[in-house]
Amino acid sequence: MTNTLLKISNVDISLPEGSERLLAVENLCIDLAPGETLCIVGESGSGKSLTARALMGLLPAPHVRVSQGQINFCGEDLTKVSERRLREIRGSEISMIFQEPMTALNPVMTIGGQIDEIFRYHVSMSAAERRKRAIQLLDDVQLPDPAQIVNSYPHELSGGQRQRAMIAMALALEPKILIADEPTTALDVTTQAQILKLISDMQAVHQTGVLFITHDFGVVADIADRVAVMQYGHVVETGTVDKVLNHPEHPYTQALISSVPSLVPRPARARSEETVLEVQNVNKTFGGGSSFFNFGKPSRVVHAVKDVTIELRRGETLGVVGESGSGKSTLARCIIRLMDSDSGKIILDGVNICDLNRAEMRPWRAKIQMVFQDPFASLNPRVKVGQIIRQGPIIQGATQEEAEARTLELLKIVGLDARAFNRYPHEFSGGQRQRIGIARALALNPEILVADEPVSALDVSIQTQILSLLDEIRTKMNLSMVFITHDLRVAAQVCDRLAVMRYGEIVETGATADIFDAPQHSYTRDLLAAVPGQNWER
Amino acid sequence: MNDFWKRFSRNRSAVLGLLILCLVIFVASIASLIYPDDPFLYSKYPLSKPGENGFFLGSDSIGRDVASGIAHGAKTSLLIGLIATLAAVLIGVIFGALAGYYGGLVDDILMRVTEVFQTIPSFIFAILLVAIIKPSIESVVIAITVVSWPAVARLVRGEFLALKNREFVQACHTLGMSDYRIMLKEMLPNCLSPIIVIGSLMVATAILIESGLAFLGLGDPNVMSWGFQISDGRSMLRVAWWICTFPGIAILITVLAINLVGEGLNDALNPRLRERN
Repeated sequence: MTNTLLKISNVDISLPEGSERLLAVENLCIDLAPGETLCIVGESGSGKSLTARALMGLLPAPHVRVSQGQINFCGEDLTKVSERRLREIRGSEISMIFQEPMTALNPVMTIGGQIDEIFRYHVSMSAAERRKRAIQLLDDVQLPDPAQIVNSYPHELSGGQRQRAMIAMALALEPKILIADEPTTALDVTTQAQILKLISDMQAVHQTGVLFITHDFGVVADIADRVAVMQYGHVVETGTVDKVLNHPEHPYTQALISSVPSLVPRPARARSEETVLEVQNVNKTFGGGSSFFNFGKPSRVVHAVKDVTIELRRGETLGVVGESGSGKSTLARCIIRLMDSDSGKIILDGVNICDLNRAEMRPWRAKIQMVFQDPFASLNPRVKVGQIIRQGPIIQGATQEEAEARTLELLKIVGLDARAFNRYPHEFSGGQRQRIGIARALALNPEILVADEPVSALDVSIQTQILSLLDEIRTKMNLSMVFITHDLRVAAQVCDRLAVMRYGEIVETGATADIFDAPQHSYTRDLLAAVPGQNWER
Repeated sequence: MNDFWKRFSRNRSAVLGLLILCLVIFVASIASLIYPDDPFLYSKYPLSKPGENGFFLGSDSIGRDVASGIAHGAKTSLLIGLIATLAAVLIGVIFGALAGYYGGLVDDILMRVTEVFQTIPSFIFAILLVAIIKPSIESVVIAITVVSWPAVARLVRGEFLALKNREFVQACHTLGMSDYRIMLKEMLPNCLSPIIVIGSLMVATAILIESGLAFLGLGDPNVMSWGFQISDGRSMLRVAWWICTFPGIAILITVLAINLVGEGLNDALNPRLRERN
């Protein structure tokens, strides 16, 4: 390439002694041209974020550092320049957007103040001029009412607005390179689509080279010109987006791409006539109450679940999809009686379990179990795996021997070694922990499994394994499942029927294929349209 | 356990503290062997200098052996510190766990009660309690317990509030586990580290309060203690410095050692600090 902005050649990044591997990144060679988008794709631990930080000179020195190689940026080697020069480059010539818009902005400074800082440190302008530029920038990133947002604090903005403000800051000095480290991972799909469009619009105007780090192949398909796939610190494959996505050569890339769930719903199964769970007009509100000694105004009332009615047939998987704050997790917790709903009925085997108190509920617990989202938080770090799985049956009246036999059987079913019995949860990886969580839920032989985003904390290849495990178990045990997810690709592959939630209400229900083919509600249409990588189908 | 010891021993001063503490415990445990006589027994050599007349650390105004008093006093101090701390931790854990776990009205009531205890200056409160009940080992222990449990309750409540919404606790609910079991078997083991740390530091405070009470004449008159020795010798400070000084040094290094150990435990057990290193 004749016109190269950035050329990384043979870079090694070393990790402190005693780490899992010696080098976080090994022999990395990447280049970037103006106006080009290069996506670095990889699973967690592949070294993609450290690569980005190395460019900015933001590695956590002295433990982690570039031990070899050159980062050539417009003729300068960034591994050799002085700290002072690096400061000049940061922000003005290379800038960065981070994953968490919540934590990347300073909560006690106004948005305008934070943009102002960039100008103050890098160029000389009068205060009035700086303010004018700040408003202009916020307008450029299509924030509504920039004159007001300039004076607001980060907490007053939504997640998407904060990420827009971050982009405004990153682009303030028209940098030559923009590094985006998973900038849309924490955002909802509809917001993600807007942010991706914004980044590519800005790029077109300023001819910025964009280094985009992501784990989502849908996003890659939408924005990348070229792709670099990383595994364990090595770039295993680079090439144009078409070549890598449609004709992958390296086995790892092939495996990764085949793990991406397809957007085409799987063939529908026959629906059973037998209803196992009915949720009728359930409501749940938060806040509003005041405590015993707490005088003054009652807090704001949030209607998390509003008049929700769903029906689950035997052997069926019902997907509840929606964006963050739609009340889907609250609904799951009401169904499983982790929270008491305000009104409405939850009918399990002909009994309204909302009326049961704690003690009366205990025998019903066995019928309905839950798989949690975060495999790192859902297992008690101080309890051995065997005990975690075994305690359910014991509480429900099984003898020690029965429970132990059942535990060993379950470990086998979820694909874990029997030696796991005497080990602690921290000795297992995220995917293995999720298997333990599933085994715990299955230990009571439930009829219904409520899965709250069971795969969203996992890498895509492990996600596939867990989904196929759930599928296998469902068939084997004739389980009915309520599957909560925000990922429509996952929903398409797992669910027989879908319920789309927004602001606590179900806006649409129907068979998965019907909803994907002919969405009735405008919100469902928006959601489907926002799924990244629609035009790409492996 | 090995891992824990490795992290603990990385903190040099904590290891030093542990050594001193072991020494104090050793002295306390062999006090009756090396000084089989009652420490209150007086001899015919009052105000002997250290080393004179067979008194290693001298004798006081009526000829009592200072070294014997320190050895026997160590027993008193450590015992009171330990028992009062255990009692305070027990009460604090019960209050904090119930308040944090149930929340709402239970939390309001228990925490307002805790605050009532916290609003009274602790040493004055302890004096008051001992003065009301007659001065004895038991009343001193009770007084120290009463003034020190609220801190534990606050801490445990905070930990329980944070743990209550963790997914593994919710999973226990979905299994139908009883509240009692969830609190004791699932949540409590997860907040043991901060409890151990605060407990170890509380032993030091308890020893200080006990000495303070004894100094004011509110200790058990039949039991030798460091505070009593200092109080007894203070009028003689200008003629016989050793009567006050050695018990004072004993208090100083014991409290210092316990604090160092507590700091070391904090470094070794606190996961957030661990990441920093």
